[in-house]
Amino acid sequence: MIAAVRKVPVAVPIGVGLAVLMACLPLLNISIPGVLPTPTYQPGTLALLSLAMIFAALALTYNMLLGTSGMLSFGHALYFGAGAYGLGIVLENLGVPLFPGVFLALIGGLVIALITGAVSMRVSGIPFAMVTLAFAQAGSVLVRRNAAVTGGEEGLSLETSGVPEWLVGVVNTRNLYWVTLAVLLLVYLVAVWVDRSRLGHLARATRENELRVRVLGLQPSRARLLVFVIAAVCASLVGVAYMLLQSGTVPRAVSADLTITVLVIVVLGGVGFRWGAIAGGILYTILDQRLTVLASSAAIESLPSVLRIPLSEPLFILGTLFILVVMFLPGGIAGTVDGWWRRRRFRKDAPGMPPVDDARAAGLDEVAEEPAEVRA
Amino acid sequence: MSTLILVLLTGVGLGALYFLVASGLSLIYGLMHVLNFAHGAFLTLGAFIGWEVARRLDSASWWAFALSILVGGLVGAGVAALTELALIRPLYERHIEQVLVTVGLAFAAVALFEGIWGSDPIYIQAPAWMKETTSVLGALVPNTYFVLMAAATMLLISLVVFLRYTRFGTIIRAGVENRAMVTALGIDVRTAFLLVFAIGGSAAGVGGVLAAHYTGYVSAHLGSTLLIFAFIVTVIGGLGSLPGAAVASVLVAVLQQFANYYMGGTGDIIVVVALAGVLLVRPAGLLGRRFA
Repeated sequence: MIAAVRKVPVAVPIGVGLAVLMACLPLLNISIPGVLPTPTYQPGTLALLSLAMIFAALALTYNMLLGTSGMLSFGHALYFGAGAYGLGIVLENLGVPLFPGVFLALIGGLVIALITGAVSMRVSGIPFAMVTLAFAQAGSVLVRRNAAVTGGEEGLSLETSGVPEWLVGVVNTRNLYWVTLAVLLLVYLVAVWVDRSRLGHLARATRENELRVRVLGLQPSRARLLVFVIAAVCASLVGVAYMLLQSGTVPRAVSADLTITVLVIVVLGGVGFRWGAIAGGILYTILDQRLTVLASSAAIESLPSVLRIPLSEPLFILGTLFILVVMFLPGGIAGTVDGWWRRRRFRKDAPGMPPVDDARAAGLDEVAEEPAEVRA
Repeated sequence: MSTLILVLLTGVGLGALYFLVASGLSLIYGLMHVLNFAHGAFLTLGAFIGWEVARRLDSASWWAFALSILVGGLVGAGVAALTELALIRPLYERHIEQVLVTVGLAFAAVALFEGIWGSDPIYIQAPAWMKETTSVLGALVPNTYFVLMAAATMLLISLVVFLRYTRFGTIIRAGVENRAMVTALGIDVRTAFLLVFAIGGSAAGVGGVLAAHYTGYVSAHLGSTLLIFAFIVTVIGGLGSLPGAAVASVLVAVLQQFANYYMGGTGDIIVVVALAGVLLVRPAGLLGRRFA
């Protein structure tokens, strides 16, 4: 996909500016009624934003699979859960301090990703999706069954004796917010690196035409596996951050539900766009939270049940929104904005050219007309 | 000995349930290359509507049971046909998007079911005979399993007859084999697509009513769990292969029941290990050809 690779020079200062703004938020007193529950320096909003950044970072790792390599995985939650549960189990049973614990959790995620990834890559395309789903389901079953280690349905709470004091409790939400932001930035940098490296080029080439890559004497399966493992380890890191942020985790962290949520985020944001994944994650979390508040509002309660029942289910609204985006807005938010921006810029450079041609000249024809070919 | 037979027969019964779900998935994938995540939602809807029908009549009577199965199947077929027309057809040949749309549908449907029927399981009534057991060589097998086996056998036979001896069946088989050629011969495969979706949906709807009797309750998540096993079954059996789905359903379910009984409830894990094993040895599945 050309759009994802080409650098837009204005994007760098905007990105840095946004990161600085996000870093300063806990020190500012900004209220956005209707969007954020409390002013930005209070724990309520900071926790919501941290969760949004967790989803954004997880969506970024998923975008490495779907956007860069064109792999539709339904098992990504397994690696997120491996990070979250891994950290919890290591801290509880080995009594090590936080940082060795994080390291061990990441190693665990890496090993699981290598094994499951290598087996899943025996097939590709739709069968690959089904196999990754089966692995994630096995992980989910393991977590639910072995209640002695994982806490079962109750979930596992974080053993805080090894965790530094400045990362524990609601009073330190601000510090946890910064940690989450750091994880998001780190994952973003890894994503940029993967996209720009030879590995990323190879993965993209494989997505477009695997046979041709093989004929050129390159090894597509190794590149795919490597991207898969990098994305999985990053997801584990996000899982670790989630564990610290929530001081615990529930079986939902390894469920197919979570993977589907991330898939929804990536598609809403725009497959193949890093900023789209971030925007999607933040939008999704805030929408989900706001729709839940809306669902219990008096305006909805007074509606007849035909309207009330669908509107009081946030996931129903999000699912419907997702279907509409897939059907009518194939590029998602980022793809649409990007296409509009390119057309506008091109029109300024070369006035008088018909719009169809300028989209084509800007290399957008695939994105605009045949997204399946680009993304499949 | 009687335990062995009991575990074996319950395995076959569970396999019958898997087949009711997997047959539709496999046919749809074989013909259209669409992975239908909404199949679980068709099943759940069938179960809920079947329960609504049975409870409005006399849910302990046989004719209410029969009617609930009929209505479940019809609702499944109707919703599946609507899905094909409204969501799948506009995205013709865009496989990833088609998967995404069915994912969205499943997502929205589960939330809607929770909104309508609540998130707690609803325990259901059945004809008295279904709760009793029959003695087979000393093993007391619950009668529900025999109903499941009968339903799956009937489905398999009618599918085989339909695919082999009718014109639409021939088109579907030819479409699975080589769709480009069927289209080139001037046959409109879209009717076949609609038909395959409706057949799969009705099997899922009937499966939903029976699954509710098998578990004893209906809940909004009934379909999601079964769907994952149905996926495993279709991959092990070979995507697009109906006999493969039948064989794999029984193998997987029997293996699962044996592991659950003799190896301390490890059935689900064993099934995934079996999936990994099959993929390593035969990536195309037991009876499948190479993946397209």
